Amino acid sequence: MNLDDLINQVSEWLRGTGADSDIVISSRIRLARNFTGIPFPHWADKEQENKVIEQVKAGISQSANLKNSLFLMLADLDNIDKQLLVERHLMSHEHATRNDTKAICLTSNEVISIMINEEDHLRIQVMKSGFDLDDAWQIINRLDDDLSKNFPFAFSKELGYLTACPTNTGTAMRGSIMLHLPVLVMTRQINRVLDAIAKLNFTTRGLYGEGTQASGNFFQISNQVSLGQKEEEILDKLKGVIRQIIDQEKTARQALLLKHRYMLEDKIWRSYGTLINAHIITSQETVDLLSMLRLGQDLGIIKGLERYLINELFILTQPAHLQKIEKKKLSPQERDIKRAELIRQKLSVKKINRDNSN
Amino acid sequence: MLCDVCGKNQATVHLTEIVDDQMTELHLCEVCAKQKSMQMEQQFGLSDLLAGLADFGKHAGEIEPLKLKCPNCNLTYDDFKKIGRLGCSSCYSTFIKYLLPLLKRIHGTTTHTGKVPKGAAVGVAASGSSYGKAREAVSPRNDMLELKAKLQEAVRLENFEEAAKLRDKIKELEKKALGADKGKTSARESGRKKKE
Repeated sequence: MNLDDLINQVSEWLRGTGADSDIVISSRIRLARNFTGIPFPHWADKEQENKVIEQVKAGISQSANLKNSLFLMLADLDNIDKQLLVERHLMSHEHATRNDTKAICLTSNEVISIMINEEDHLRIQVMKSGFDLDDAWQIINRLDDDLSKNFPFAFSKELGYLTACPTNTGTAMRGSIMLHLPVLVMTRQINRVLDAIAKLNFTTRGLYGEGTQASGNFFQISNQVSLGQKEEEILDKLKGVIRQIIDQEKTARQALLLKHRYMLEDKIWRSYGTLINAHIITSQETVDLLSMLRLGQDLGIIKGLERYLINELFILTQPAHLQKIEKKKLSPQERDIKRAELIRQKLSVKKINRDNSN
Repeated sequence: MLCDVCGKNQATVHLTEIVDDQMTELHLCEVCAKQKSMQMEQQFGLSDLLAGLADFGKHAGEIEPLKLKCPNCNLTYDDFKKIGRLGCSSCYSTFIKYLLPLLKRIHGTTTHTGKVPKGAAVGVAASGSSYGKAREAVSPRNDMLELKAKLQEAVRLENFEEAAKLRDKIKELEKKALGADKGKTSARESGRKKKE
């Protein structure tokens, strides 16, 4: 299996059939783990970093959980490949800017991904479709137990797992949920919601994590505190907060349907109109329009579009994916044209029915 | 007169605090006053400020905090303050005294209650006596600060009954701290043993 195969395959979390998957796109848990004694990646020299890579590679080959996994050195990947992994949420922006002494390990279904020598020696991630933190936790917990048989993880009885940055010490766990909240944004309630979350010690980030803007009405909510609570407790609190946000978005959607149905239909169908007719389109505009399309499908205003197809469009219209499909490097202008082409092609395949109840 | 902190410049800022019938004076030069003004926002009493200052200078044998270095990876505390990340797992025991208050600020606590690794994980010496000592050093003062802040708030809200209770608690803690300092370690040690 190699990286090119990824393009043609369905990521588990893209299916969009998990629980509450109209509003919750994906659930993700990340654990940070380090080796005792060896300096953290930003402070280590190349020899030490390579030692970490060797140790990890050896340990992974002995792990039952990672049998069908791909181990890649970042130095062996070109920029498009690395960008591809970022777009599929398998790697951070930060990791993609690096070359030597960094690596990544992925399972073929893209549920598990381990970054090696990012901010910590190991950053283990499990991602699942929809609202399913419990399953994600089962998987990552099992994997962590498996790996700790072979790896001397740095751990203190009092302080927990030791990480490069003290903000991650303790459980070294970050649970995040990616939400699609178009109506809370439209009705200008989103800031109130996000402020409330911040007071409860949760952070909000954009589509691609740290340092990114919220676009396409996507928001990633994650816990901030990692020390002092059990992993399950942190996840329960996160679930509670997400539940409330889901309910708020649902309520807002119903209210909008009731009071401003025509405005909503107009906005959604215009988005569809642009997408299926444009010949040049930027990724920003695509993401904003696809967000409306997704809402339209959720509310039954547009019928005949599977959620899976819309999710797929979100991913395939991104820069690295486009270039992988075309099998060559493209300038931004060329990408904008190819993007429009791809969208028209994908959307024309399905027969779209109007909602005939009015 | 010379500045109480650096002892070099002329003192131009004179602070006087009166609590109950105790008066404390502090004389600072402009530079030190600016530096300490940040601290003063967090510390509500002059005595705390003095105590904070004293920690940095008083122990002749102690290395200046910024120059403290991890023996395993050579990261200094100064490095940590600039980079924001530690150098290796051993840094946690090296800098434990300064990390505990930081962790408390970030996470609200300094005790891990989550899962423990199975198998080969190596326990790092952020355990044992150095941790215990650092914990003792940090916790009472933090509790003191919290209590003092609550006392101020109670007085502001004219909640004098509550204020009196808090004042008594503070007096007790202060007595305990003094008692320990005077070398009466036995009571303190047994208390610490009970904690562990």
